[in-house]
This record gives sequence, C-alpha cells and structure tokens, in this order.
Amino acid sequence: MLTKRIIPCLDVKNGKVVKGINFVGLKEVGDPVELAQKYYEQGADELVFLDITATHEGRDTMVQVVEQVASSIYMPFTVGGGLKTIEDIKRVLRAGADKVSLNSAAVKNPDLIAQGAQIFGNQCIVLAIDAKARDDQSGWNVVIHGGRIDTGMDLLEWVQKGVSLGAGEILLTSMDTDGVKQGYDLKMLQAVRNITNVPVIASGGCGSLEHFAEVFETDVADAALAASLFHYDELSVQDVKVYLQKKGIPVRL
Amino acid sequence: MIGIIDYGMGNLFSVHNAVQKLGYDVLISSDPVKLEQCQKLILPGVGAFGDMMKNIKESQLDAFIENWVRKEKKPLLGICLGMQSFFESSEENGIHEGFGFLKGQIVFMKDQKVRVPHIGWNDLIKENEHPIFSKLSAHPYVYYVHSYYASNMDPDDLIGYCDYGTMKIPGLVMHENVMGCQFHPEKSGEDGLKILQYYLEEFV
Repeated sequence: MLTKRIIPCLDVKNGKVVKGINFVGLKEVGDPVELAQKYYEQGADELVFLDITATHEGRDTMVQVVEQVASSIYMPFTVGGGLKTIEDIKRVLRAGADKVSLNSAAVKNPDLIAQGAQIFGNQCIVLAIDAKARDDQSGWNVVIHGGRIDTGMDLLEWVQKGVSLGAGEILLTSMDTDGVKQGYDLKMLQAVRNITNVPVIASGGCGSLEHFAEVFETDVADAALAASLFHYDELSVQDVKVYLQKKGIPVRL
Repeated sequence: MIGIIDYGMGNLFSVHNAVQKLGYDVLISSDPVKLEQCQKLILPGVGAFGDMMKNIKESQLDAFIENWVRKEKKPLLGICLGMQSFFESSEENGIHEGFGFLKGQIVFMKDQKVRVPHIGWNDLIKENEHPIFSKLSAHPYVYYVHSYYASNMDPDDLIGYCDYGTMKIPGLVMHENVMGCQFHPEKSGEDGLKILQYYLEEFV
C-alpha cells in the first residue's frame, strides 16, 4: 500500500537552514547537509529545500548544497525558491534534485509549468502555493513573494490551472496557519483536495503528533510537511511515524 | 567499470552517486565506444516515453543498446522510464514503440480512484521466488514516481510488485540479461542500495 509521507522542510539562506514565524524573524538552525543526513537516518520520506536567498551568490551556494545533499543521502528531495527559467530548473536537477517546486515564478509565468513538465515530466514539477483566507471568508487568495504580495487570484482556480498545465503535485502552505503550530489548514486542504487528482502536500501549522494524524485521518493530503518541529528536535520523524502507525495510518517504518 | 547511458534526460547524478557509494568505478556517457568498454550498463529515465525514445535514437544509441542486449547478451538495468522502454510499446502521448526486450505494454493508470502520479514509498512484494529478497529488509519499501505502468507482461519476468488501488504495479522485472526497476533504487534508502548492489555484483 502506498504510505503517507512525512517531509521535513528546510528553508535555506546563504547555505544555512533558517526558520521564522509567518515568514518573518528568521533564525539560523543548522547546516543543510547535516540536517538532511539526520532526517534520512530518522526515516523521512522526502525532503524539501527552499532557497530563500535573494542573491546570485546565494543561488550558486544552493547548487553546491544540492550536490552535497545528493551525495550523502539516498532519498528523494525537492528544491524550490527562485527558480525562474528552464535553465534554473535544469541546474538543480542536474545537481541531484528529483523535483523542483515553483511558486511566485509560476504565477508570473505559468508557461514555466508547462515547459518544465514537457521537458522533465509532470512528476518533476511541484506547484508550491502560499494562500490566505480572504477577509470575507469566501475562499482563499494566492499570495507570492513569501507572503508579501496578495495576487488577488483565487486559490482553487490557480490549482486547476496549474494541474492542467502539467504540475504533478501541489505543495499547499496556508499563510494563516504557518508557524503558529495550531494544526494544518484542513478546510483549505479539503477544498483543494476536492478539485484535483494529483497528490497534495500539506504545509503550515503543524505543532503536534495529533496534527499529523488529523491531516491523514481526514484524507485531505498525501504527505505532511513540517519544519521547526523537526529542526528543534521537538519530535523526530520516527516519533511521528510510530504514532501514525498506532493510529492505523500507513507509514514506512 | 559501470556505464550510465546519457541521452540528455534524467537525474544521472543520483544514480552515479549511488553506484560510486557501492564501491564501483562509474562513467556517464553518450559515446557507444566508451559504453562498450563497460561491464554493465544502466539506463535511467525521467520525462515522457516518446521523448526518451526520440532522444535515444537521435543520440544514435538505439542500435548500440539493441546490440548490447540482444547480440552481446550483456547486462542492462533500466530505471523508471528506462525500465518502461524495455517493453514493446507505451501509450504515453500517443503510441510509441519500445525496445521489446520484455513482453507487455506501458499503459496509463486506469484506476480513477487513486491519485496520479503514483508518488511515494510503496511495497516491493514477492511475485516469484528470487535470491534478491534475502538481501532486503523483511518489509521492503521503495520509492515510486510514475503515471504509467507495465501491463500484460510475462508473469515469469515479474519479480516484485506493489498494489496501487486496484492495480498491480510491476516494480522489479528481470528477463535474461535485462533487469528493470519501476521505482528508483538510488532513492530508496538502504533497500534501494541493496537492489542496486545485487545488480552490480550478482546479476547475470
């Protein structure tokens, strides 16, 4: 049976893993290669690296990080952040990444999804979306640039468009729940789940074992992503999986 | 020397790393002269079936691969799309012809109730008795990522599989001197490395 995936996420800035709350107040939490190794040993199913560096030098550093990670662990990982062109995508894939996640760049240039899927396959293109509930609670808007710009675009319309262009997976982060550890945004996830058949990765808000169980018991996601919980050793990936197995959720142990 | 066939697609770096980690000299090449000198070859693959076969032909590697497998009877491991290319045909974006080393066709996942692509860790269940299983953990999981799978294959060629919805997905196949993995052994942790090691040390 296909197991549910637990995915530690590493935000990388200038070659170091950082973490903030609601995308602000960034704090350095460690070396990406060491953390990747740790999570591999704990039984993580995949890793996601998001490069939040703004500079060209930082990008080159990221490619080196990808190469080092690929030489030290034998598990799949996704790289995202700042990939704007097919050349950018090719560069991280050649360095050893399995998938790329596209976020703001895909909003500005949706054709990047189509081209990427055409050349590298749908399974390679993860559409990362940050979304936020509209003030009138009528749905969610897509936000870009780390949450700073509200595009005014409807989340569900963007999901449909992204998948039709060739995205093979959706990585959905709720800006309302991210960093506050009160649980994943189940309502938003369910809404996305209802309209697409590609796998969905839940992100933003996980603070306890129960939150992992919740997202799988309600079947709103195929994978759950978390960052600070794992980085600060509040929980290990192993703890999460043992707990989920007891709850009857299929996991790889 | 182990050769990884480079036809311009695929994540060759990870396969390269895994083979190297297992203690083998390895080269990545699209040059038949260099590949010919290797003891064993690996055909990785990512992307779409038609594009892959087209790239292989344009790189003039099709005749070389045919000759390697059929005439010289030397070992070839196909990974993911590489494995799919060993079958007779694929229906991905129109009908495309494969190498036909194995009987069967590559078809789209028919079960409407499951998510496509099939992404993640799934089982490798024993179909036929094979020594490879004694090297793996009691309940091996391997990493799959694909939307198409092999159907109508010869049951004797099927070594291990997984269930996905109502579909039986061939995971590990072997026929004479070819071995194929639908999953990614280079991304499947310790069990994946053991499968790769089996190919490098013992296959054929």
